[in-house]
Amino acid sequence: MFSYYLRLAWVSLRRNPVLTGLMALAIAVGIGASMTTLTVLYLLSGDPLPGKSAQLFYAQVDSSPYPNDHEPLDRMDDRSALDLWGAHKADRQALIVDSPVKLRAPDSPKPPRMAVLLSTTADFFPMFAVPFQYGAGWSADDDAKKARVAVISAELNDQLFGGADSVGKSVMLRGSEVRIIGVLKPWRPSPLYYAVAGGRFSGGDTADFYSKPEDVMAPYSASLEINDGNFQQFTCWHPPEHPGHLTDSPCVWVSLWVQLDGAAKVATYRQFLADYAAQQKSLGRFIHADNTRLRSLMQWLDFNGVVPGDVRLQNWLAFAFLVICLSNTVCLLLAKFLRRGSEIGLRRALGASRKAIFCQCLVESGLVGLMGGSGGWLLTLLGLWLIRQQQVAYADLAHLDLGMFTATLGLAIAASLVAGLLPALRASRIDPALQLKTL
Amino acid sequence: MTSILAALRHHRLSAGLIAVQIALVCAVLCNACSLIAGRLELMGLHSGVDESSLALVQLTGYDTAQADEVNAKALGALRAIPGVQAVSAINTLPFGPRVANAGINLDAGLSHFAGVIDFYVGGPGSAAALGLKPSSGRLPQEDEYGPIQNFVPADAPVLITRNLAEHLWPGSEPLGHEFWMDKFHFRVIGVLDHLAVPAPGGGEERDPDWSVFAPARPGPAFSGSYLLRADPDDLRTVYRDAQDAIAQALPDVVFDHDASGPVLELRHRYFAPQRAMAGMLAGVILALLLVTSLGIVGLASFWVSQRHRQIGIRRALGATRGDILHYFQMENFLIVSFGIVAGLALTIALNIVLIKYYGASPLPAIYLPLSAVVVWLLGQLAVLKPALQAAAVPPAVATRGL
Repeated sequence: MFSYYLRLAWVSLRRNPVLTGLMALAIAVGIGASMTTLTVLYLLSGDPLPGKSAQLFYAQVDSSPYPNDHEPLDRMDDRSALDLWGAHKADRQALIVDSPVKLRAPDSPKPPRMAVLLSTTADFFPMFAVPFQYGAGWSADDDAKKARVAVISAELNDQLFGGADSVGKSVMLRGSEVRIIGVLKPWRPSPLYYAVAGGRFSGGDTADFYSKPEDVMAPYSASLEINDGNFQQFTCWHPPEHPGHLTDSPCVWVSLWVQLDGAAKVATYRQFLADYAAQQKSLGRFIHADNTRLRSLMQWLDFNGVVPGDVRLQNWLAFAFLVICLSNTVCLLLAKFLRRGSEIGLRRALGASRKAIFCQCLVESGLVGLMGGSGGWLLTLLGLWLIRQQQVAYADLAHLDLGMFTATLGLAIAASLVAGLLPALRASRIDPALQLKTL
Repeated sequence: MTSILAALRHHRLSAGLIAVQIALVCAVLCNACSLIAGRLELMGLHSGVDESSLALVQLTGYDTAQADEVNAKALGALRAIPGVQAVSAINTLPFGPRVANAGINLDAGLSHFAGVIDFYVGGPGSAAALGLKPSSGRLPQEDEYGPIQNFVPADAPVLITRNLAEHLWPGSEPLGHEFWMDKFHFRVIGVLDHLAVPAPGGGEERDPDWSVFAPARPGPAFSGSYLLRADPDDLRTVYRDAQDAIAQALPDVVFDHDASGPVLELRHRYFAPQRAMAGMLAGVILALLLVTSLGIVGLASFWVSQRHRQIGIRRALGATRGDILHYFQMENFLIVSFGIVAGLALTIALNIVLIKYYGASPLPAIYLPLSAVVVWLLGQLAVLKPALQAAAVPPAVATRGL
C-alpha cells in the first residue's frame, strides 16, 4: 500500500514541478538555516566531558576586601587556592593558571614565539581524562620538587619536532630549559572548560572560551619561577606591586578544580570550604565567611553563559525563519491538494476512504520533506563551511556529525509532515459528489 | 471591496496562513534590521584618533630588566625608518589589546565608585601623534610626561572624553576635576570629543568613550608597545619596514603580530564578528522576502486557476482587464494588511524579548511603517504576475462547459 501511495505521490509531484520545487526549496532553506545554527549550538553547548563532568567541581571562596560583592570572584588569590589544594580533601584537585610565555626549541634557528603556558598540578591529567600520545603527565612529587618538566600539545609537537616522539627532549620557556615528559594527542575540548571564568563580565561575547588548549603545561610550582613577571590577574583590588608577579598580591588569578566521587563527598567538601572561609575570617584575611561556592562543571559553564550570545540569537532567528518557511509550505500544499479536488473526489467515489486520502496526501508531503531535507543537508554543509571561514575561536569545530545529519533529514521530514497535516485533512474532507458534478 | 471580503471568507484558511506568514516576516524583518543597524552603528564608531595614519607595534618576550634597553632600541630603530612622521611609546590603541582598565572613584577615600574605564598611557609626543585635539583645555606639556611605576602613572594630568566627563560630573565643566584609582590620582586638563576604548562594545565600560589619556615617560613598567605615525599612503610600507627593523635591532624579542598592525587593519579584525553577524542577518532577511514572495506567487496562481471560469464570466458580464487585475491586487493588499496588523504586535513582542535577553536596543518607531511599506510592495510585486494572468483570461471561457 505504502509503495502505491509513494508512486501516486511521485506522479502528482511530477505533474507540477515548479510548485514542487518551490515547496522543496522553502523547506531546504528553512532546514539549512536552522540546522546550521543548531549544529553550532549543539557543538558549543554540549557536555565537554560526558560521564565525568558530574564529579568535577569548581571551588570559589571570597577574598574580596569590599563589603558588598554578592558573587565571589571567578578566581582565587594564590594563598587560598594553595591552602585548599594542599589540604587534599577531594579525590583529586588541580590548580589552573594560564600565562603567555616565550617559547623556543633549543638549538633551533627559528625565532622565539609566544605560547600559552598552563600552570597546573599532577592531578590535572587523570582528572580531566587528558589523552596522551607519548609519555605521561608528572607526579605529585614533581609538583613538590618544582621539577622543570613539561607536557606539550600535539600541535606544538608537530611544529617543533615534526610529530615525532619528543619525550626526553627539551624546550626553552623564557630563559629556562624544561624537559618534555609527555605529548598530548590532538585534544580539543569544547569549551576549554577548565579555563572558563568571567563570562558574566563579557557581555555575551564568549567566543574565546572555545579557544584551543594551551601549548605547554608545566607544574604550577615550577612555572611560578619560570614565568615570574608574566602572570595576568583576573582582577585586583589594588594594583600589584610588581606587575606580573602575583604571588601574595591583592589579586585573584588562580582556579581550583576538584573531583568528588559521590554526593556525600560533595557535602563534606562544601563544609570544608565553609570552614576554611570561617577560619580565614577569624584570622582577619577574609571579611566574607559565608560566601563560598562549589559548582559542578556544567553548573559553572552555565553560570558563565559559555554559549556566545550571537550563537543563541542566530539560532532563534533561524527557527523563526523555519516557521515562516513551513507556513509557506502549508499554503502551497493546500493549494496543490485542493487543486486536485476532482481527482480526489473521483478516488473517494471509487471507494477510497477518507483515511486513505489523508495518508496519500501525507506521503506526498513527506516526499517533499525528503527532497527539501536533502537540499537542506547541502545548505547546512554550506552554512557550516561559511562559519568555518569566520574569525571566531570555535570556527574549526563547526562540522556535521552523523547524529546531526540524521537529525537534519528527520527534522525536514517531521516538519513537512506537520506542514502536510492541515492540507491533508482538508483534502480528505472533500465532498465527492460536489466534485464529480463539476467534472 | 465587499465582494473581495466575501471571496476571502471562502478560502480563509490559506488567506489566514499568508497573513500569519506576513506577520512573522514583519516581526523578523523589523528586528533583524534593527540588530543590523545596531552593529553598523558600532562599526561606524569614531575612535577619536587619526586611524589611517597610525599603526601599533607590540613586542613581548623580554624581561623587565631589559625593558629600558628594549625601549631605547625599539624607539631608535622605528624612528630611523624612512617615511615615519612620529614614533612614541603608548600602552595600547583603539582596537588593540585591553591592557589598562580599572574602576575609578570620585574621591580619595574611594567611597564614590564611578565605573570601569580604560587608560591610554602615552609617551612624549604621543598625544600630538595620535591626533588628539582637546575641544577645551590643553594637551599635556613636555614636563608633564612623568615617570611611571605601575600600569598607570601615580599622579598625572589626563585628557578625558566628553561622554565620560558627563557621566562623572553631570552638567559641570570637566576641567580641573579629579578622580582616583586606588592611590593613583588624576586631574583633568583637557576634554576630547571622542577616544574609544580598545574593545568598544564589550566588557564593563558602559560607553565606548569611557577612556582617558595620561602622559608618562617610558620605563620598565611602560615598554614594548609603540605607535607609528606615517602618511596614510606610506603606512603599509612603514609598518612592514618596522617588522624588519625590530627583528634587526632586537632579534630576541617576539613581535606580536596578532596585536600589532595599522589601526585600520586592527579595526577591520576587531569588527569581523560584527560584520559576519550583520551579513548573516541580511542574508536571512533576503531569504525571508524571497520565500514569502514565492509563497504568495504560488497561492495566487492557484486561486487564479481555481477561479478561471469565474473570471471569464465576469469578463463576459463587462468587467475590464483592469478590473480583474485590480481585484487580485486588492485582495493581496487586504491579506497583507491583516498580516501587518498582527505583525505589529508580534514585532513589539519580539523586540521586548530581544531587549531582555540579548541587550538589543528598543526598536525605532519609524521601522514599523517602513517594514509595512516593504511588505506591501513585496505582496504587490509577487501578485503582479498571477494577477496579469487572471486579467488575460478571455471572456469566451464563460461560454465553455456550461
